[in-house]
Amino acid sequence: MIAESVVTLFGLGFVSASILSVASRLLAVEEDPRIEVVTEALPGANCGGCGFAGCEAYATAVLNDPNVPPNRCCAGGPDVAKRVAELTGKAAGEVEPMVAFRRCVKVEGKVAHKYDYAGATTCAGAKLLDGGPDACRYSCIGFGDCVRACPFDAMWIEDHLVHISPAKCTSCGTCVRTCPNGILELIPRRARVMVFCSSKDKGKAVKDVCEAGCISCGACVKKCPAKAIAIEDNRIVIDHKACLAYGPSCEEICVTTCPRSILRCLQPETVSAPPETEPAHIPEETHVVDLNA
Amino acid sequence: MDIFLLFISAIFVNNILLAQYLGNCPYLGCSKEKSVAIGMGAAVLFVIVLATVITFLIQKYIMNPFQLGYLQTIIFILVIAALVQFVEMFLKKMVPPLYKSLGIYLPLITTNCAVLGVAILVQRKEFDLWTSFLYSIAASLGFLLAIVLMAGIRERFVVTRLPRSMQGVPSGLVMAGIMSLAFLAFKGMIA
Ligand code: SF4
Ligand code: SF4
Repeated sequence: MIAESVVTLFGLGFVSASILSVASRLLAVEEDPRIEVVTEALPGANCGGCGFAGCEAYATAVLNDPNVPPNRCCAGGPDVAKRVAELTGKAAGEVEPMVAFRRCVKVEGKVAHKYDYAGATTCAGAKLLDGGPDACRYSCIGFGDCVRACPFDAMWIEDHLVHISPAKCTSCGTCVRTCPNGILELIPRRARVMVFCSSKDKGKAVKDVCEAGCISCGACVKKCPAKAIAIEDNRIVIDHKACLAYGPSCEEICVTTCPRSILRCLQPETVSAPPETEPAHIPEETHVVDLNA
Repeated sequence: MDIFLLFISAIFVNNILLAQYLGNCPYLGCSKEKSVAIGMGAAVLFVIVLATVITFLIQKYIMNPFQLGYLQTIIFILVIAALVQFVEMFLKKMVPPLYKSLGIYLPLITTNCAVLGVAILVQRKEFDLWTSFLYSIAASLGFLLAIVLMAGIRERFVVTRLPRSMQGVPSGLVMAGIMSLAFLAFKGMIA
């Protein structure tokens, strides 16, 4: 009895072991040892900012695909790009450091509440109900879907408006992909000017709901000597490359031209903070339509 | 008709997860997204069917003639572990895309008690080879159904704010319990 069980167990174990060892020879798959090295060089945040599923997926791609540049990891920044370039023998290329930016100042604009929302406290959930509780359909809903998504703890909510810490932001872009209203954008850290509004509505509709929103008058587009500003979909698009390349000689004429002070110079430390002083020329008589009334 | 009954009872009434509570770790671990749940369910189906057939043959042609029934658990575990290893190597070489999508779940299945559970259950119920084969398919379809349903529900949790203490596994376990209760209703179907 004992002999039989011992023989059977050992026999089965031996058979499976031999099958497995033969199989491991026959079915061996060559794996590139460099993948592990490159993966180690990456920050391991697995944030997906590079456009791949995770750090390992990016490492595999950058090694095997000649079209994948070594500088796609935004969480790692220039140092990691350099290291990956060394390991893969690819040219590092320029990495423009980016930062997340919030195109909305609904507090300044005194955007009214359309209705009192009492559902699931997520932006995505609130947006399902007539575009969210704010009178402006393009404002920050402020339930912080982005804050929860940010892997680097770089965002917080104050006054139902999201704030971003440029020091902590790695420009992974997770928040940009998360925000259901599309009001977050990645811009170069060096960027000079930015629009604090993301409304796609026509001028009149914006005026009705917000004292600070962009009315797409196009004055800045005409004045900009670098041709860096355009209006697409009633929303201002800034070509930061062209803007930076033109240099300071324009004296940021767009900022002084904008009748609503919604194009503003950016200080690197305060990319998302509203300026200290209230813009002087917001027309006093503009009033906000209160749909609750 | 018998086969129909076998399927219905294995999928709905005696669901391996919700009525027999086997294989709960992948059920909770891999049910956050539907695509992942489907991948896991498919991998389990594949392994359960293969393992059931092989353990059936071993039981019948090695263990029964030598009266080694008491070694059942250890031998089945050994066979299943080796089998999963082999399947993993085989897929990696022969069907890389499938391996990629199942890759991380395959080794997990080695320690999935649902696999061992089905292998032992068909012996207890004294099924023949053909019925065991069908039963293993039905049982893993039950697993697939439960895990995909669960993933569908848990995907909704994204738009709800749960209290911190309920996030993740706790809410998953509560959900599993409620679903288990819901599946009890099927008991009345087959009297
Ligand atoms: S930026 Fe977008 S995701 Fe973040 S709180 Fe505002 S609306 Fe929500
Ligand atoms: S603020 Fe946005 S871009 Fe910056 S680290 Fe957080 S999620 Fe990434």
